[in-house]
Amino acid sequence: MKTIPVETTINGDSAEFLCHADESLLDVLRDRLGLTGAKEGCGTGDCGACSVMLNGRVVCSCLVLGVEAQGAEVETIEGMANGEELHPLQRIFLEEAALQCGVCTPGILVAAKALLEKNPDPTDTELRYWLAGNLCRCTGYDKIIKAVQTAAAEMRSA
Amino acid sequence: MAFDAQAERNFKVVGTRVTRPDGIDKVTGKAAYGADVSAPGMLHGRILRSPHAHARIVSIDTSAAKALTGVKAVVTGTDLAQPEDEAFADVAINCLARDKVLYDGHAVAAVAATSKAIAKQAIRLIKVNYEKLPHVTDVDEAMKPDAPVVQEGRALETVPAGMSQNVTTHCQFGHGDLEAGFAKADKIIERSFKTAATHQGYIEPQACMASLGSDGRGEVWCCTQGQYMVRANCAAALGVEESQLRITASEIGGGFGGKTSTFIEPVALALSRKAGKPVKIVMTRDEVLKATGPTISTSMDIKIGMTKDGRITAARGELRYSGGAYPNATVDMGAQAAFAAYDLEAVETVGWNAMTNRPKEIPYRAPGAPTAIYAVESVVDELCQELGLDPLDVRLMNAARKGTRSSYGPTFNEIGLVATLEAAKAHPHYTAPLGPNQGRGLSCGFWFNFGGNTCVSLNINDDGTIGVVEGNPDIGGSRASISMMAAEELGVPYDKVRTVIADTSSLGFNDITDGSRVTFAVGLATIEAARAAIKEMCRRVAKIWDIDEEAVIWEDGCAKPAGPNAGTHPPMTLAEIAAIAGKTGGPIAGHHEVNADGAGVSFGVHLCDTEVDRETGAVKILRYTVFQDAGKAVHPDYVEGQMQGGAVQGIGWALNEEYIYGEDGRLQNAGFLDYRVPVASDLPPIETVILEIPNPGHPYGVRGVGETPIVPPLAAVSNAVSRAAGVRMTELPMSPPRLLKAMTG
Repeated sequence: MKTIPVETTINGDSAEFLCHADESLLDVLRDRLGLTGAKEGCGTGDCGACSVMLNGRVVCSCLVLGVEAQGAEVETIEGMANGEELHPLQRIFLEEAALQCGVCTPGILVAAKALLEKNPDPTDTELRYWLAGNLCRCTGYDKIIKAVQTAAAEMRSA
Repeated sequence: MAFDAQAERNFKVVGTRVTRPDGIDKVTGKAAYGADVSAPGMLHGRILRSPHAHARIVSIDTSAAKALTGVKAVVTGTDLAQPEDEAFADVAINCLARDKVLYDGHAVAAVAATSKAIAKQAIRLIKVNYEKLPHVTDVDEAMKPDAPVVQEGRALETVPAGMSQNVTTHCQFGHGDLEAGFAKADKIIERSFKTAATHQGYIEPQACMASLGSDGRGEVWCCTQGQYMVRANCAAALGVEESQLRITASEIGGGFGGKTSTFIEPVALALSRKAGKPVKIVMTRDEVLKATGPTISTSMDIKIGMTKDGRITAARGELRYSGGAYPNATVDMGAQAAFAAYDLEAVETVGWNAMTNRPKEIPYRAPGAPTAIYAVESVVDELCQELGLDPLDVRLMNAARKGTRSSYGPTFNEIGLVATLEAAKAHPHYTAPLGPNQGRGLSCGFWFNFGGNTCVSLNINDDGTIGVVEGNPDIGGSRASISMMAAEELGVPYDKVRTVIADTSSLGFNDITDGSRVTFAVGLATIEAARAAIKEMCRRVAKIWDIDEEAVIWEDGCAKPAGPNAGTHPPMTLAEIAAIAGKTGGPIAGHHEVNADGAGVSFGVHLCDTEVDRETGAVKILRYTVFQDAGKAVHPDYVEGQMQGGAVQGIGWALNEEYIYGEDGRLQNAGFLDYRVPVASDLPPIETVILEIPNPGHPYGVRGVGETPIVPPLAAVSNAVSRAAGVRMTELPMSPPRLLKAMTG
């Protein structure tokens, strides 16, 4: 099968890659670009571990084709911190122990950041429904919800 | 090692909420999990799996797959060794079937190719000629004498003659005169229960990268709960020596017991040996659900007698578990745990395991206990309802305590059940008002906790920092807890300690991360290793000061003269001692090797409020509180995290999660869409109350905390639903159709 050249922007930097027509954006990120922060938990869009931003929307990158990134803006967990300065969500997830194994964490952080950009003051219910597409098997979600709310409050007062 | 006499010890580090050392990597996407590494020249492996529940493999033709451009190796069961040891043999046969496939999803062959796409294409070219055999997937059916036989000749000697060959285990525990006990009861309830198999549901599928040379030397990178276990399984399956395999545990994306076995590492090694290149295998979610895990499915009968004022007079349980297509001992643990929360004069539990055409059972958090205790706690709740008694008072009246002869034999030492029940009774949750269609349930839970084989090496670095080397994959923050205990013992700040997890060639043997053992046993060994290093530091200082070793004591991170007779030397800090170690005898380190016992059993009590929707059968969890004895909570955040996570896994088990098999014996819901684990919007906050009743077997009083919290939710939720719905539920999960049927008759 022939590969297709794709030009895109990833975490603010221009990127070019070749991929097959049937290759997922997740596989491109992980296997071709070395961005392994997004994880494949299911490959069917049910777990959210592969969440990335595509043109400002949260997507399961396992359900997006690599070629769909042509001309798009992609943001991944690798772009969330500013150098050594963590995003408030990242820092507060650590401070409040909102992760155990950490494998769902990149997807949850990407999804939570997207919510707070649209809705800086979500209710717990709004937050729980927004994150319903991101499975976490370790925490029972309690500390995740609390950490996002702490981060939201800090970001609102910043 | 005994609990320190200084029970009132003023902890400086232990009990605080420090930031975990692996945290930044995990919030920035840098942490390397099983599937996150690659190697030059690496091939991609893929496994062909049986579409049949039970079939004889007549022939396998791999020629077309081998001929495909890009395919570098194809392996089948004959490429693995046949270990003599039954447990190793089962693992090998489960990795690649030989004569028969035993369940839908059983691995049959594997390929390694230059790309994932070619590997996927190649396995479709493998032609397997199957002769289908009759199958059985239900435990009660499997125990019938005329049931299709999954494997022959696997029954233990304890199994009476004349039973189906599927029955592999029979066990019995208890004491006292049951007949006399039941005769004293004012009310006896006997109920039968069924629970579906559930999967651990870790978000990270099994993944590994393996390389094996023709000289028998190999390397494996994999996500596992035990690199030494992987080494032993791989060495046996490949017929190579353990010393020649170096296994490195990646960061692990959840396990809950599910990563305490091997499924793909021996296959990747066999492919690598043939291809002469590293091979990476990453399981799909479909493969994870079909061929790894799950836990047992069960059928249980419970009979309990109670006086009208709430004293249990006798209790009997019969547990029939199926751990899939291989023998296993999970029912032993269920039978031992069933009545552990109670102080009983007459009790008996009988357990059976029967093989079915399902995947090999792999431990899932407190294996065997949640289902047995679900059944027991359901009957206790129903007795309380029938007799008009308060379910917490009844549990307090019958609670096991120090000196109680447990239902499984040993007499309990210091245990926290009564304190935990009292905490639940005093909590506002217990008396909060309930509305229509709402119900409150409670359940006790118990787990044994384990200690086990452990090695720790602790190095005093020349700049006064500490390196701890341990051998247990960190599944929920244990590196933080281990560093905290090292810092506590040495009297240095937490951030001076870095704990790393060794590969199998860098440290002696460690049992797997299981049995809630790591914070207990690795912590204990770390404290002992720190004490050994302190002893050596005191010896060095005694030499410098030219006084007896016994005249030097260790306090607040410094060597000090023991008293006025030892002289007036100014204290020497750990950093000062470390800086001149080369001049006082060389590098300073401590190490400890132990098979730790004294793990200390753990009890929990869960309160759950639910509301049932009478039109749909849906259940909403309104409020949930977990009470648990942690002995000593080293890092309270991560103790709470275990309590919350276990509770939610149990809620999933109670309400939605189940393996659904069709008439054809095939798994019908091998994906997260249809195998429904709890999501954030299903749940309320999970409140936690940590109790600390010190474990006499650990210097800081630590008990394992990881497994107990999955035990009570099944009954806590079921009791709440039963009370809300006005009908006693006896089958899990209580999915909407099942509950609707129960409510509408």
